[in-house]
Amino acid sequence: MNKLRTGAFHTGMILLSLLWLGPVLWVVVMSTRSFDDIAAHGVGSLPRSFTLDTYRQAWTDGGELRALINSMLVTVPSVLLSLGLAAMAAFALSRFRIPGRRTILLLMLAGNLLPPQILLIPVAKFSELTGLYDTLWALIAVQVGFGLGFYTFVLHGFMRDLPGEIQEAATIDGAGTAQIFTRVMLPLTRPALAALGALSFTWIFNDLLWAITVLRTDDNMPVTPALLALQGQFVSSWNVIAAGTVIAAVPTVAVFLRFQRHFVSGLALGAVK
Amino acid sequence: MPFLVESIWVFWPALQGFWFSLTRWDGMSAPSFVGADNYVELAGDATFRGALLNTVIWLVLFGGLSVLGGFGMALVLLKERRGVGFYRAALFTPVVFSLVVTALVWRVFYQPDGIADTLLRAVGLEHLIRPWLADPQTALYAVILPALWRQIGYVMVLFLAGLKAIDPALHEAARMDGANSWQRLRHVTIPQLKGVNAVVLSVIVIDSLRSFDIVWSMTRGGPYHSSELLSTYMYSTAFQSLRLGYASAIAVVIFVLALAVILGYLVRAFREEAS
Repeated sequence: MNKLRTGAFHTGMILLSLLWLGPVLWVVVMSTRSFDDIAAHGVGSLPRSFTLDTYRQAWTDGGELRALINSMLVTVPSVLLSLGLAAMAAFALSRFRIPGRRTILLLMLAGNLLPPQILLIPVAKFSELTGLYDTLWALIAVQVGFGLGFYTFVLHGFMRDLPGEIQEAATIDGAGTAQIFTRVMLPLTRPALAALGALSFTWIFNDLLWAITVLRTDDNMPVTPALLALQGQFVSSWNVIAAGTVIAAVPTVAVFLRFQRHFVSGLALGAVK
Repeated sequence: MPFLVESIWVFWPALQGFWFSLTRWDGMSAPSFVGADNYVELAGDATFRGALLNTVIWLVLFGGLSVLGGFGMALVLLKERRGVGFYRAALFTPVVFSLVVTALVWRVFYQPDGIADTLLRAVGLEHLIRPWLADPQTALYAVILPALWRQIGYVMVLFLAGLKAIDPALHEAARMDGANSWQRLRHVTIPQLKGVNAVVLSVIVIDSLRSFDIVWSMTRGGPYHSSELLSTYMYSTAFQSLRLGYASAIAVVIFVLALAVILGYLVRAFREEAS
């Protein structure tokens, strides 16, 4: 009986896993098929050819290289800036008796929960006004502004739970506020920072809506919109589109694999808090 | 300082958003005040009503099924045993893909002569084959499926974290009292998950109302607005039809729908901060 149940469990789960991984594997396989193969046998057939030329096409002709660089230029500074600012805010709000600090914290969180639609038009207009429209700076600024609330909220919860004696001991040893922040608080919040870092990297890297709102020129587009453009450029070359898809997915998968533990605990952080 | 940054890019624009919704504006000339005209027009706009209905369908199907699926998978995969790590990872993998990547993966699936059609043919259901994304009757559901595929793993992780936090002694005590597994689920597990449930619910509602990327990359709300959500309708009204005032009114509607959830979430957060 027990053996039967274990068998049923594994059979069911393997089928389910296949349902989840199958479409992904299919796309990876398809990215190595030649155009003639797909044209002759359809995208639903098993592969009868092998080529890596599709990646070259997506990489250079499709502009994925340019797009990846843009994505990195936006994502890395955005993650660093927003986490840095959020850590400072969380430090101030959790360690000092600032008047109205609870209201500030909740207001910041509320800002993050707003549907972005209400912000799209004003943000687009504001970036035009400041001359940032269609530059990567605009995208960085929006991502930092919009992400801050949530990061601050999570980091605040984390810092509040650190014992106050640590701070007192450092003060007695003659450390100033800035030193306490960089030497004591930041190292202690590392797990939370790593979790949020991995999480925000994928969020910002994967964003589409803000990118197509504040950017216009194709040369400035990060990977997500570039992938949509690729689809227009190589209409029925499904192998090239598949290669482009794989390229666009690799960075986040890499971050996920590298920071797997942090990543999952980051997601859980919000849920249990 | 950080508060200032957020104010410039979030709070001030949000207030502007409300003001724009009371104007007629093409983005070139100055906005002109028209009072509630935009909202009156919304009430008679068939596309808007369709998008509203689709958003509700989206909320119920995408939200409801991802909670059920995620919770079910979390229960099944809770106990540590051989292979569980792999299964969890498999279900979680799509979460790290962007919605655009997800959309493209599934476009391949839905292509004429793609995997969906090949599978249907293999089991003798050829007559069901249709252009899934181009048929107004199926487009919305053909988009919901990939969205679910990606969301279930995410919800599962949230529930797993919550389930692991439950004291095993509670289950032990209930078992001693002769509760069967269904009763334990009903009277021990679910009440213990109250906190997680609240968070998951808010996340799901807010995610549903925000959903844009996946629809935009698969159908752009078409064909004939059949898969239009409020979010996509708002975007195309603003940046393609350049009716910025009218689009702002749609955005305000989305905001009002989200408001109840946001307030509920904040009240909870406030209480926790206080305690």
